[in-house]
Amino acid sequence: MATTTTTVSSGGPVARSRSFLSRLREGDEIASMVTFLFAASVVLVTVLLVFELWQGSALARHKFGFNFFRTSVWDPIFEQFGALPFIYGTLVTATVSLLIAVPLGIGAAIFLAELAPARVSDTLEFFIDLLAAVPSVIYGVLGIFIVVPLMRQYIQPALKHSLGFLPLFQGPAYGVGFLTAGLVLAIMVIPYIISVSREVLLSVPRDQREAALSLGATRWESTWKVVVPFARAGIFGSIFLALARALGETMAVTMVIGNTPTISASLLSPGYSIAAVIANEFTEATGELHTQSLIELGLVLFILTFILNGLARLLIVATSQRGSGTGRA
Amino acid sequence: MSPRLRWRKFVSGFMLTMTGVCAFVAVSVLFVILGYLVYHGGTSISWNFFTKLPVPVGETGGGMANAILGSAKLLLLATLVGVPIGFLGAIYLAEFSGGATAFVVRYAADLLNGVPSIVIGIFAFALVVHPFKHFSTLAGGFALGLMMIPITLRSTEEFLRGVPNALREAAMALGASKWKTIATVIVPAAYRGILTAVLLAFARVAGETAPLLFTALGNQFWSPGWKQPTASLPVMIYTYALAPYEDWHRQAWAAGLVLLGLILIINIVARAILSRGIAVPRS
Amino acid sequence: MKRITGMLLVAMVLAVVLWADTLSITGAGATFPYPMYSKWFDEYHEKNANLEINYQSIGSGGGIRQVTEGTVDFGATDGPMNDEQLKAYQDKHGFGILHFPTVLGADVPAYNIPGVTAELNFTPEALAGIFLGKITKWNDPAISGVNKGVALPGNDIVVVHRSEGSGTTYIWTDYLSKVSDEWKTKVGKGASVNWPAGLGAKGNESVAGTIKNTPNSFGYVELIYAIQNNMPYGRVRNSSGAFIKADLASVTAAAAGAAKNMPDDFRVSITDAPGKTAYPISSFTWLLVPAKFSDATKRDAIKGFVKWMLADGQNYTEALSYAKLPKEVVAKELKALNNVQ
Repeated sequence: MATTTTTVSSGGPVARSRSFLSRLREGDEIASMVTFLFAASVVLVTVLLVFELWQGSALARHKFGFNFFRTSVWDPIFEQFGALPFIYGTLVTATVSLLIAVPLGIGAAIFLAELAPARVSDTLEFFIDLLAAVPSVIYGVLGIFIVVPLMRQYIQPALKHSLGFLPLFQGPAYGVGFLTAGLVLAIMVIPYIISVSREVLLSVPRDQREAALSLGATRWESTWKVVVPFARAGIFGSIFLALARALGETMAVTMVIGNTPTISASLLSPGYSIAAVIANEFTEATGELHTQSLIELGLVLFILTFILNGLARLLIVATSQRGSGTGRA
Repeated sequence: MSPRLRWRKFVSGFMLTMTGVCAFVAVSVLFVILGYLVYHGGTSISWNFFTKLPVPVGETGGGMANAILGSAKLLLLATLVGVPIGFLGAIYLAEFSGGATAFVVRYAADLLNGVPSIVIGIFAFALVVHPFKHFSTLAGGFALGLMMIPITLRSTEEFLRGVPNALREAAMALGASKWKTIATVIVPAAYRGILTAVLLAFARVAGETAPLLFTALGNQFWSPGWKQPTASLPVMIYTYALAPYEDWHRQAWAAGLVLLGLILIINIVARAILSRGIAVPRS
Repeated sequence: MKRITGMLLVAMVLAVVLWADTLSITGAGATFPYPMYSKWFDEYHEKNANLEINYQSIGSGGGIRQVTEGTVDFGATDGPMNDEQLKAYQDKHGFGILHFPTVLGADVPAYNIPGVTAELNFTPEALAGIFLGKITKWNDPAISGVNKGVALPGNDIVVVHRSEGSGTTYIWTDYLSKVSDEWKTKVGKGASVNWPAGLGAKGNESVAGTIKNTPNSFGYVELIYAIQNNMPYGRVRNSSGAFIKADLASVTAAAAGAAKNMPDDFRVSITDAPGKTAYPISSFTWLLVPAKFSDATKRDAIKGFVKWMLADGQNYTEALSYAKLPKEVVAKELKALNNVQ
């Protein structure tokens, strides 16, 4: 049955417990090497990806340099490529989505963590997780057929009517545009804010709440002024996560944003995002410079999401350590 | 009661109710989505949808049979690429590796996880389509597989680590070598979690569209073998939703319902497996 | 577990084996002729069950790009490849690429104006002005002046154009460059231009969809898309001064001159063509076929299709409102087909 794994009889130093050959024969070395190869392939693939992005955009990077981020002309005929409209569109739609999703998300997370009984909280969290699983293209379909007509016929005219004096709400009511894209994105990122915030709120030690309540705070005051600030870092982390998701969203955005490289103060204006322009133009970028400019946009997006995801993780880890008392209070 | 206290109590009650409203809104979105899909999609699902190929532009009566099969092939490939790498890599991280290598691998996996799917599409195009000079199911499956790797890797690693050391020590005490311990004791113990991880990764990539745009392209016929472009459900939904033909819209809804239904079912099953399974009492 | 893996492996093998003898050819490009091509390739597949010609309508720009990259077997475009692109192809592959006209079609100005179902007249100046963003309202004199008797609202025009590299765009901008100096210098002609105004949509399909769903919108689509979707489209004034609606007769008339003087490489523009009855925004559309194939079965399959397309295929065009190729062009193409090796 079991082979004993004591010292091998080849007469080496006593300190060496098992020789390489015996380990090999027993398969551990092979197992270690094989699994190492697979693990290493993950690193290899990631490095390759970054390399491809970097190499694939070399021409564009050398030609435009930092002007790439300052020019707003995207002209394939005259080969002028400036990323500004896409960066603008990406940031604007992400901001709009956060403005909507953060209050809603944190509110819902507070409810789930502080108020709802455990079973209700778990059930609702289950539904929220399902919401996170809905694919982007389905949000896009709902966007086109439900949200856009709603925006065009009711919401945008209403906004123009009441708030039209602000440059934010001027221009024709297309239905598509920054606001619509932001709204659809908000729905898509809410689950991330809720589930992460809920977890960090739950990890806040009970004595914090009890201390506040014993000092005479109302439920709300204890939550808002003590628990939430305690979990602040983690909540910010969830927002960064949501932001990273919003920046990289492709399908839902390209179906409702209007696909026009415009920089406009109005939220009703159609626009473009980095991911959307890549999706639309990549297969038919005429000419090397065009393709490489698109890849450079991909690189920019990658770096942005990379930084945000990294920050998010740091913040979330920091909060949970704080909560469990292993970090600094 | 002082007026100030009354006010504070009012604010407390009000704000807490508002949080309830927020939660209600968030959850109801899911049901609104499902409702629309069931309503529009349910009325459009027909036998044709599942069995017929697309018909020429402007004609009616076509279906998405090739897209359904195409998606199945793509997902099969993705699983074959993503799961072994993720699973075996996770075993390395949990059982064999030292601190530094583990950190690098985990970092790379998290990096890969955060890459926007359109950028994965660019990468797969450069790596598979361009050299082989063909859009193909292979390229699409590869792109989707890449996306499955990080999810499978991290989750599997967590579940493997969750297996109590007592089990490992007991196996070693009985004289089993390391890989035997892993294969016969640890993995079976973490089996439910690993399965859940794989299912969730699968559900995640089932709905991905962007990476397929430059890799699998599309096909109005059946796609023979693995080296030809193929239709897929998400891409068909995208194409049909943007077009002006009513018939195509109906099919897009139906496909959306089928796709979402599949994803939700997998998610629910995955979580059920996890919650019902307490394979080993936690120490 | 073992059973599942076994089943999966069997499935994979089957997937390869079951269709082992089907020849699959991939083409990509223009959305302009997509309704025609999808019908043709469907019919041709019914006649040749072992041959699947898979055509993906990703836009003319995509067709040119992908056939140059070599990732598709043939391309399709409504904006012929320019000399630079031809040279790039030659340099990359060592042999050339040939244009084969397939049908004649037209870009029509389609609109969605609430309450207006009449056929509107458009002058070249009006079209250029609208797309330059200078004419912004439907009741602008440039439009209403030639449409007396139609009550045009004072709403803002929502311009819709293509978001990707498109031959339909090429045809439209080619025409505008011919009739408007301002357009020519400011924007130019091409598959992908820097649009001064409007919303972008991907493919003729999506432009049509957007126009259909957006009140007060105005855009250019290939004729069949407007017809299939019951969208009103206008008449355009041609070089002889007459307001012409796009149809089989007017498009065929536009090609009459070119048919007689067709260059050997078939690259020709027939926008703003002379002729009293000619529709000014007409165009040929081309298949892009490499001059050399390393795979003889593929080459023969494609040549076989082109031959069929030039003969039987032409009988399907009119049902979809594409005009047939002039006889002289067909004869010339059959000869040119011998250059595909």
